[in-house]
Amino acid sequence: MLTIRNLEAYYGAIQALKGVSLHVLPEEIVCLIGANGAGKSTLLHAISGLVPLAKGEITLDGVSLIGRSPEEIVSLGISQVPEGRQIFTPLTVLENLELGAYQRFRRERRRQISREIERIFQLFPVLKERRSQPAGTLSGGEQQMLVIGRALMSKPKLLLLDEPSMGLAPIVAKEILQIIRDLRESGTTILLVEQNAKMALSLADRGYVLETGKIILEGETSELLQNREVKRAYLGKGRKGFLEE
Amino acid sequence: MTTYSQVVQYVITGITIGGIYALIALGFTIIYNTTGIINFAQGEFVMLGGMIAVSLATTGLPLLCAALLSVLLVTAVGLLFERLAIHPLKGASIITLIIITIGASIFLKGVAMLIWGKDAVRLPSFSGDKPFHILGATILPQHLWILGITLSVMLLLHLFFEYTILGKAMRASAANRLAATLVGINVRKMAMCSFALSAAIGAVAGIIISPVTFSSYDVGTMLGLKGFCAAIIGGLGSSPGAILGGFLLGILESLGAGFLSSSYKDATAFCILLTVLFLRPRGILGRP
Ligand SMILES: Nc1ncnc2c1ncn2[C@@H]1O[C@H](COP(=O)(O)OP(=O)(O)OP(=O)(O)O)[C@@H](O)[C@H]1O
Ligand SMILES: [Mg+2]
Repeated sequence: MLTIRNLEAYYGAIQALKGVSLHVLPEEIVCLIGANGAGKSTLLHAISGLVPLAKGEITLDGVSLIGRSPEEIVSLGISQVPEGRQIFTPLTVLENLELGAYQRFRRERRRQISREIERIFQLFPVLKERRSQPAGTLSGGEQQMLVIGRALMSKPKLLLLDEPSMGLAPIVAKEILQIIRDLRESGTTILLVEQNAKMALSLADRGYVLETGKIILEGETSELLQNREVKRAYLGKGRKGFLEE
Repeated sequence: MTTYSQVVQYVITGITIGGIYALIALGFTIIYNTTGIINFAQGEFVMLGGMIAVSLATTGLPLLCAALLSVLLVTAVGLLFERLAIHPLKGASIITLIIITIGASIFLKGVAMLIWGKDAVRLPSFSGDKPFHILGATILPQHLWILGITLSVMLLLHLFFEYTILGKAMRASAANRLAATLVGINVRKMAMCSFALSAAIGAVAGIIISPVTFSSYDVGTMLGLKGFCAAIIGGLGSSPGAILGGFLLGILESLGAGFLSSSYKDATAFCILLTVLFLRPRGILGRP
């Protein structure tokens, strides 16, 4: 579905990605793990067309994404949940969801979009209760659910998730994980970025390990979980040791 | 004339001009919210609205047609301004863009002077000049037109921003650029829309005020500054604040001109601005 070959990305003189290649197959959950500053978010931003200087090849179902605008990329079927709970704070929960379907308003009827919103409310009942509240008044976990719900409103083929559990209490993080599992059951393809390697590897089918802009390891998650290098760097010492990497 | 009826008179005049300030302040607010730019050419949209409407009306076009056409033309000017002067400067700092709006303001004023000369002109009142009296105060029909149209524009703006997807997308772009881009909103196109919308509102203000205070090539400067004061007094970025600031400024200014001296009219506005900023630096309804 998604194929990336030799992707390089620059911020001015800084090279954040140094020839990354990866792919995601339909209905797969693929995770990307790596330390702070490894370039994980940069990779997702490059896929969404947000990095002005990206070289290499990114294709979605054979269609090249390099040089396309973020709007075009959304309309081609890629939706991103960026890191740090990026909601529209002063807008209501309902308005946030509607805007997730911004591009569909041109082509589709209002009724279809309302039906989609109902579907999101089934997935996240708490959002339904808070539908007319400003999104900024939601708790952290609810905000993350809102961003995921909003990303699903465009009916994406591929969902990019950037550290969806970051900064959430363990119990809320578990809830989010369950939702990601449910999404997979319903056939959504997901590229998941996580620092919490244990969690990501327990969820995904395949994984990649990114270090300072390069993929250093890849494989089935079961293999990665057994890999000595991964165990040492990302699992054994847990999150704390991970930050020291 | 009793003091009481004088107060009523000044307040009514103040509300009328305050409505105009509020419209101009809303123009500032809309552009500021979607782009972060303070558009100092906002007053020129007001000037153009009045001047173009007068020119069209003197060709014999019915008043309503002249007014609508003028709004359309000024909207086009707003669009062109964004396309030619703001849009091409990708990645320029906000302060650069603000200075460009000052330049554009001077340019538009110069062009207006070349086209129309320096004389003040006036659009005929919408429904005659026969005054009527309420509570001892004299009111012109045009005052009611100004108030009615001002309130209608505010209501329409409210409906636009609350109930249309384009309005919501503009608010979303203001609230969070990254998130807006990621849901597929073209944030730069929203900037264009904000200029078009502000230009249209400015034009309306310039047209409805023309029968009362006249139009000339240089009315934009003072009106723009007053509208800017109103926006700051209310709290830059807040639409209710812009409306409140506009009416407050209009009323206080009119009372000050009436009871103190009309030669201090413009000074009053800036005194109010300084007082508010001193007591509440973020403006009355401004949020940190
Ligand atoms: N806008 C930017 N301008 C300049 N450098 C940037 C920018 N964004 C990221 N970088 C640099 O690019 C590198 C990769 O950053 P990126 O945000 O992709 O890392 P990450 O793997 O997502 O980290 P984290 O786990 O902290 O989110 C870092 O060295 C960072 O400093
Ligand atoms: Mg990141």
